[in-house]
This record gives sequence, structure tokens and C-alpha cells, in this order.
Amino acid sequence: MDTVLTLLSSFCLLFGSFLCLSGGVGILRFPDFYTRMHAVGVTDTLAAAMILIGLMLQNPDLLVIIKLMMILLMTLFISPAASHALGQAAVLNKLQPLINMNINPLEEDTSAGDKSSKS
Amino acid sequence: MFAVVMLAGIYGLVCASFFVAMDAVDVAFTEASIGAGISTLLMLTTVAMTGRTDHEATHKPLMAFVAVIVTGGLLIYGTFDMPYFGSADAPVHQHVGPHYIYDSIQEIGVPNMVTSVLASYRGFDTFGEVTVIFTAGIGVLALLSVARRPEDDAVMEAINDSMHEKHLILRIVIKTMIPFIVLYAFYVQFHGDYGPGGGFQAGVIFAAGIILYAMLFGLGAARRVITQPVVQMLSALGVLVYGSVGLVSMLNGGSFLDYNVLAADPIAGQHLGILLIELGVGLTVASVMIIIFYSFVGRSQFQKANKGELL
Amino acid sequence: MIIAATLAVLVVMILAIIRAVVGPSLYDRILAVNMFGTKTVLLIALLGFVMGRPEFLDIAMVYALINFVSVIGVLRLSDAFNAKHNGPVAEPAKRDS
Repeated sequence: MDTVLTLLSSFCLLFGSFLCLSGGVGILRFPDFYTRMHAVGVTDTLAAAMILIGLMLQNPDLLVIIKLMMILLMTLFISPAASHALGQAAVLNKLQPLINMNINPLEEDTSAGDKSSKS
Repeated sequence: MFAVVMLAGIYGLVCASFFVAMDAVDVAFTEASIGAGISTLLMLTTVAMTGRTDHEATHKPLMAFVAVIVTGGLLIYGTFDMPYFGSADAPVHQHVGPHYIYDSIQEIGVPNMVTSVLASYRGFDTFGEVTVIFTAGIGVLALLSVARRPEDDAVMEAINDSMHEKHLILRIVIKTMIPFIVLYAFYVQFHGDYGPGGGFQAGVIFAAGIILYAMLFGLGAARRVITQPVVQMLSALGVLVYGSVGLVSMLNGGSFLDYNVLAADPIAGQHLGILLIELGVGLTVASVMIIIFYSFVGRSQFQKANKGELL
Repeated sequence: MIIAATLAVLVVMILAIIRAVVGPSLYDRILAVNMFGTKTVLLIALLGFVMGRPEFLDIAMVYALINFVSVIGVLRLSDAFNAKHNGPVAEPAKRDS
């Protein structure tokens, strides 16, 4: 039982850290604001959930587990709401998404298709 | 300017993580709620009021830069005289520190040492801090309060109703969150004897809940939930509670803010005294934060209305 | 395992700071600060476990709240600001802030 718990929690923690790192790379490498928001939004919720669940599995104390669950619930409420508010504000203030054919109409099709598939 | 404020917020977060790493839980708590949260918000409100771009620099920035470099260098030079980190014979560990650490459980009976130092040993200092916060609230009111015309309320109402559709998702999420925020504030307030927390942090969290409401539902709606006179009364009431605890202990034959005489048992007296003054601190901090936010936002709305623009 | 996760979160925090400093538009910065905040919550929760003091979780909870409040505040205030200055002008928001 104990080893199963440890294995599960290590798996959760590792998966969470992997998601964290991928989000961090995403926020640096993605070309414009909206794609960056995608990277952050996806990883913020799942990575946080994974890490917190991993911590929950490690601790037998009930109060700690309840507190972690509160944090998890709060994150799951807050993070999408903040992303929504951010995206809405950006759209309302007319921040243009990076659409290749509008910005660089003269570029060849291959590079445009390449970029759009990346984002 | 927005970027500068946001980097200041990050600085607050980094600071607080640093305090966490140094095991100073209460300080980290305060830094998290005040340094990273409320002060960022108030700075942002100020920026929104005064304008985002600053004027052309008329002074020479080089002089200021040199002064900053020299001061920083002197400060770093000063640290060479300080004892090494963690050395046992540092002056901090010689003076009153051991007394607080070893005797506070017997004398005060509160598990959280920081609370007993803050509220009991250094009660007079904390009284001074609360008075400073109260004075800040008075100053903001005197400088920035706007005489509201009575017909403003109806206009506010209409604006609020028109905004009701605008941030629908956020409003629903925040409506669900606010009870938990307030509950958590009470937990921090009354659990401060046992864990990290206390009046300052609880007041700030409570004020954050109200400010969240005010930001999304409009200032008028928030003013109808917690009216301005009530907040002003509460901010004075907090200082009054704190001071009167001190006076009652004087009347019972102790010295000012000596909680031992508040009850028959000194430990119970200490508990009662700490509970009451934390309550006073929490009341004052929460209501002064709300006052400052109300005044700032009310002032900027007043400026906009004077320029003939709607919200 | 916990230490590995802590290191990963620290690295991500550094990346977020880089984006907050570089970030061309205002919203990039807000996004980076928001991400920094959530990662700080995780970092503090993890640090509490590393150091064996679970009462750090209280601070993590405060962080989650405060971060949300400040993000919403920034958005509301920047909205108000933009409506005031470049309101009727229908041009893309400037990339430099």
C-alpha cells in the first residue's frame, strides 16, 4: 500500500513538473500573446493539480490534505477566471492575434503553414 | 509605468518566498498580503489616477544613479561588520531573544511566539503602528474624499445595472469566492495565536475581498454593502478597542497593556488581551484599506465625471 | 521527488520573470505575473513539505487569493485607463508599453 502511494505521488509530481516546464518553455517560445496564454492556461491548472495531488498522497495528516484541497479548488476556480479576464481584456483592447497572412502576405506558403501549425 | 508596478509586485512575491525559505512564516504572510497584494493594487490605482506615462525627466538621472550606487556600496560594506549568518553570539541572540523564546510559553501561553511578542511584549509598539495606519486613513480621507451629490447614487445604480452583463463570468466566480475569502480572513484572525497570522493579515485579506467586490460590481454597489460612515466608524473603533484594553488593564491595577490583570488567571488574561487587541488591529487595518481604496477610486471617477466622460 | 518538482517550479519562475521583463505588450506582462503567482503558490506548498512545516500552506492559500485580486485589479484599472485615452480610436493596441 505504501509503495503504491509513493509511486503514485512520484508519478504525479514528475508529471506536474514536466507540465510546468513545458508551460515555461511555452511562455517564452510561443510567438504571440494568445498562444502564450494557451500555454500558461493549460499548464497552470493541470500542473498545479498534479503537484498538489502528489503532495496530498504523501501526507497522512487530514488537516494538511484539506488545506491542499482548498488550494486546489481555489486554483481551479481562479486560474480559468483570470485567463478569461485577461483574454477578454486583450480582445476588447484590440490586441491583434498574430495571423500570418495578414501580417506577412508576401511570405511563401510553406513558412506560413509551418508557423501556423506551430502555434 | 504599469510594467514598473507589476515588477514591484513580482519583487514582493520574491521577497515573500525568501522569507519562507528563511522560516519566517509570519513575516512572509504579511509580505504576501500587504507587499505583493494591497500595495500593488493601491499603486496601480494611483497610476490610473495620475496617468501612465511620466513626464520628460528634467533632472539629471546620473546624480541619482551615483547616489544609489554609493548608498548600496556603503550598505554592503556595513554588512561586513555584521556577525555571520547563524552565528550564536550575534547581538540579536544575546539581548531579549532567548527570554522571548524560552519563557513566552510559560508567561503568555500562546504557541505562536511571534504573536506573543507582537501583541504582548511589544504591545505598545503595535499600538503605535495601528495609530499610524489610522492616521494614514484620516490623511487619505482629508486629501481625497469627494463630496458626493445625492443624485449620484441613482446614476451609479444605472451604471451598475448596465455593467451587469459585462463581466458575467468573473462576477459569478467572485460571488462564489467571496464567502470563502471572508471565512479565511476570520480563520487567520482567530487562529493567529496558534499558527501564522493575526490582525494585520486578516484585515488585509478581508479588505481584499471587499475590494474585489468593489472592482467588479462598481464602487456604488460596494458602498451600499459597506457604507462609508460604517467604515470610518470601524476604523476608529479598532483603535478604541486597542486603547481601551490598555486602559482597563490600568484600571485593574496593572500597567498600560498589561494583560495579566484582565482575568483571574494571568494566562487567561493574556489570551483575552491578545484576542481583543488582534481584533482591534484587524478592524482598523481592514477598514483603513477599504477607506483608501474607496477614496482613490471615488476620486478617479470624480475626475472622469468632471471631464464629461462616463465611466 | 519533491525536490525535483521544486527545482522545476523554480526554473519556470525564472522563465516567467524573463517573459515579464521582455514581454512586448502589457498583457504579456500581466500573464507572466499571473503565472509567476501560481507557481509561487506551488513553490511554497512544496517548500513546506521539503522543510517539514505544513503550516506554510496557509501562506500558499493567501498567495492564491492575492494573486487573483491583483490580476483582476490590473485588468480593471488598465481597462479604465485605455477607455479613457484611446477609447474611440479603433486601432490595434500598441505593442510597446
